[in-house]
Amino acid sequence: MEDFLQMVASGVVIGGIYALIAMGFVVIYKATGIINFATGEFMMMGAFFCFTAMTAAKFPFAAALLSAALGAAALGVLVERVVLRPLLGKATISVIMVTIGLSSIFKGVAQLVWSGEYRTFPPIFPRAPVTLGSVILPSRQFYPFLISIVSCALIAILFRSTRTGTAMRATADDPQAAFSMGIDIRKVFSLSWSLAAVASALSGVVIGTMGGISPQLGAIGLKVFPVVILGGLDSIGGALLAGFLMGILENLAGGYLDPLVGGGIKEVAPFLVLVAILMVRPYGLFGTREIERL
Amino acid sequence: MRIGDFKETYAADEAIFRTPAVRAWMVALGSAMLVFPFLAGDYLLYLANLIGVMIIGALGLNILTGFTGQISLGHAVFVGVGSYTAALGATRLGLPFYLCIPLGGAAACVAGGVIGVPSLRVKGLYLAIATLSAQVILEWVFSNWDSVTGGIRGINVPPATLTGVSLNTDFRVYFLIYAVTAAFTYFARNLFRTRVGRAFIAIRDRDISAELMGINLFRYKILSFMVSSFYAGVAGAVWVYFAKVITPEYFPLSLSIQFLAIVIVGGLGSIHGTILGAIFMTLVPELLKAGTEAVKPFFPNAMSYLFPLRDILFGALIVGFLIFEPHGLAEMWQRVKRYFALWPFRS
Repeated sequence: MEDFLQMVASGVVIGGIYALIAMGFVVIYKATGIINFATGEFMMMGAFFCFTAMTAAKFPFAAALLSAALGAAALGVLVERVVLRPLLGKATISVIMVTIGLSSIFKGVAQLVWSGEYRTFPPIFPRAPVTLGSVILPSRQFYPFLISIVSCALIAILFRSTRTGTAMRATADDPQAAFSMGIDIRKVFSLSWSLAAVASALSGVVIGTMGGISPQLGAIGLKVFPVVILGGLDSIGGALLAGFLMGILENLAGGYLDPLVGGGIKEVAPFLVLVAILMVRPYGLFGTREIERL
Repeated sequence: MRIGDFKETYAADEAIFRTPAVRAWMVALGSAMLVFPFLAGDYLLYLANLIGVMIIGALGLNILTGFTGQISLGHAVFVGVGSYTAALGATRLGLPFYLCIPLGGAAACVAGGVIGVPSLRVKGLYLAIATLSAQVILEWVFSNWDSVTGGIRGINVPPATLTGVSLNTDFRVYFLIYAVTAAFTYFARNLFRTRVGRAFIAIRDRDISAELMGINLFRYKILSFMVSSFYAGVAGAVWVYFAKVITPEYFPLSLSIQFLAIVIVGGLGSIHGTILGAIFMTLVPELLKAGTEAVKPFFPNAMSYLFPLRDILFGALIVGFLIFEPHGLAEMWQRVKRYFALWPFRS
């Protein structure tokens, strides 16, 4: 039972991060219908921005986090404007491949600027572990978790209850109607990309503080797919819930199945679930069911 | 200047190589390819063999993605299934290569048929994600099913032998690879002149309309997955005889992406574009390497920039082609051809 609780607890921690990544992903999908394969690389860039701000510019952590968010937002706007906008409305394969190409460019740039080395953040959080009931959480898991949860909440509030958020939701719902009501759609697209980039960057920082950073950090971005498919590609709430579910599931699978099949099941289990969902309920738990009309 | 292209018989209209000029060029190309290995050094032969394997694999992906419109992010694992089957056939059963290669193709074909099943329920973005999970899951199987795949240590394969001659050098493998490549290019070219190939194209253009016209979507989508995977499997099996050893590291997601990049840069839905793309995407990194080696005397640490630059160039090529030349090298080729055909007038 102790083991079980411990596994669930670490699952919740990692799930919070998945939820944050997935929210960034869903924001882009909702607004522009684009699946962003460069999510992981946005995380990596954000983590390096924060790292550089802390080590080279000697910023305190909070300021570094803020500057990483700003840097990521600028990057998001740039990418949307230069690369994605010319491809608006093009075939799915083009849109997928362009984000894959972007991820390759980011990886290369990061290796050029920060070299391929593995680095760790300077100590940020208090060292004492946090005890919740019978579960002991290491501080390097607990505080990152707090950051990701607060970020998730902020994004959700922004989306739900601000004027900008309403404009974004309206555009997602029906771009033409939104446009005719005086919403500047292009601005909404830019905003969505920057918001998503900020979410990715924050999750990148969080992951970086837990396990160090390198240009290969982006590989974890693939994990976002099982999460968003489970939650439904266009549901923010679904992304939040699915993030936690996937985190817990992954940890339990790792704990109970790994001894049976010889390692690595943690990486694969989410994708097995993903295939099952696609076969049974492709639009996920809360996604909109697509109806095709000719 | 060529004024017109008049056909007097149906046979002439249906021919694959339509004009005497095209036939002459094909003969020239064929002879050049036969002479090439006698003149080229080891490095060029190695590159040529690599390109040959990539052409077979990329043709398969273009049949699926370019002609049928089904996106696959898992093409590399079908290559892997073909490789492992051929390697097992050669090592455990002691089969000759001319059985192992079709066997590899057949195994990949079956795998492709199974992975293709979700394609009826989901399409577009969802299908891309479904094939992505096939990639992750099968890659994991390759490295964890130790008793069959040899885990991360992989399998060593003896060279192919034909009537007592061991195909143990790049020079000898060249002929094997290009015999297979030529046959599969010919097949692909012909496929789209048949009922099946036309059905694939109809599905790509609008699947619902295709269904209304009496095309059984499920059957043809699965068929497309199977044909495509067969190509991938054959590419993998041929690769085995070229590389001599296979490990799970040969079939990562980045190889699937490499295949997609070849198809995009070459031209979606174009056979000769695929060939151009495979040549281009294989040679560009090599040229970059040669370039960095050339500037090494002036910038001693130039080599450390090679890998990052390669990543950037690879991404930039994909993004650049998608934005500026979405129909790829095939379209550029057509433009050049048109220019010369119409000269001295402008097209």
